[in-house]
Amino acid sequence: MANENGRYQNMYSKSRRSALPPGTNAPDFTLRSTPDQWLNLGEFRGQPLVLAFYPADWSPVCGDQMTLYNEMLKEFHDLGAELLGISVDGAWCHAAFARDRKLHFPLLADFEPKGDVARRYGVYRDKDGVSERALFVIDANGQIHWSYVSPIGVNPGADGILSALEELQNKKGNAVMAGAK
Amino acid sequence: MIVETKLNLPDKARDHIVGDIDAPVALLEFGDYECPFCGQVQPVVKAILDRLGDSICFAFRHFPLSNIHPHAEHAAEAAESAGAQGSFWEMHELLFQNQQALDDESLVEYAAALGLDEARLIREVLSGAHAEHIREDFRMGVRAGVNGTPCFFINGQRYDGARGLEPLLAAITQGSGLYVA
Repeated sequence: MANENGRYQNMYSKSRRSALPPGTNAPDFTLRSTPDQWLNLGEFRGQPLVLAFYPADWSPVCGDQMTLYNEMLKEFHDLGAELLGISVDGAWCHAAFARDRKLHFPLLADFEPKGDVARRYGVYRDKDGVSERALFVIDANGQIHWSYVSPIGVNPGADGILSALEELQNKKGNAVMAGAK
Repeated sequence: MIVETKLNLPDKARDHIVGDIDAPVALLEFGDYECPFCGQVQPVVKAILDRLGDSICFAFRHFPLSNIHPHAEHAAEAAESAGAQGSFWEMHELLFQNQQALDDESLVEYAAALGLDEARLIREVLSGAHAEHIREDFRMGVRAGVNGTPCFFINGQRYDGARGLEPLLAAITQGSGLYVA
């Protein structure tokens, strides 16, 4: 975890870009989810979506962000949300990584034009050629509800995501209550 | 419902604890029996408990990364089952000493070696009798900010430093005024 990542941290530049803030419409995209399948953001309309940008496949196992989220899928689904991982790695690399780590959610290849989606979400690191470790929770209407950029060597965990999803659920609950009055 | 204040501190009501809950220092570990880094740090934890004696309270919570560690969940359940028979820490130690052999047959052998009721352990592991408690450990960890294994909390603060004896001991005793033997 922190120790291993600390070593990699020195390999990246220090600049941090600013991620699209809450209230912004999530920019649309269509990316490969496997070597022969494409996935469009619009497919997730009507439910909350967690978009997890990360710098690269194959970071050390026990502290790996995608490995952690993989164990959290039930919690995300219980809150009505889907999860997408996204990095500049190609679809074949993602396929090998997902198989090795037994990941049960899609990894999107922001590969061509490289980092285009990360750029549009304000989380591309030009000097390094990879995205930030950035999280977005997008609501059922396609609007960004919460975003967070972690220091690149630090796995942000899942606490912030769960809080954001719970907020969305509470909001929905309140709207239903108001409608019933 | 998880009580917020206990997320990152040992809790006598639900955790396996070494030492007095009111000891000046509280060390909480989230770990996985199949995680090699957790195995490596186990002798360090033992050395810390030896050195600090009555001054420290230690608790262990499960954080099995089951997709990458296929035996971690049953190993955790075996530890809990041993705990139900009063031998949690003995099993805990055996599991970390035998990280390469955590299949179900081996778990039963360890129960036999500890003089436990093997039939009860098999029954409890296969029926998932302790699965909910383990999942609660995991969820508490996520909420506390665990982002990989092992993850330590010293007096409620996540420790992100190196996991050798000297740095951990220094972080634990820093500002506590404790005398270290």
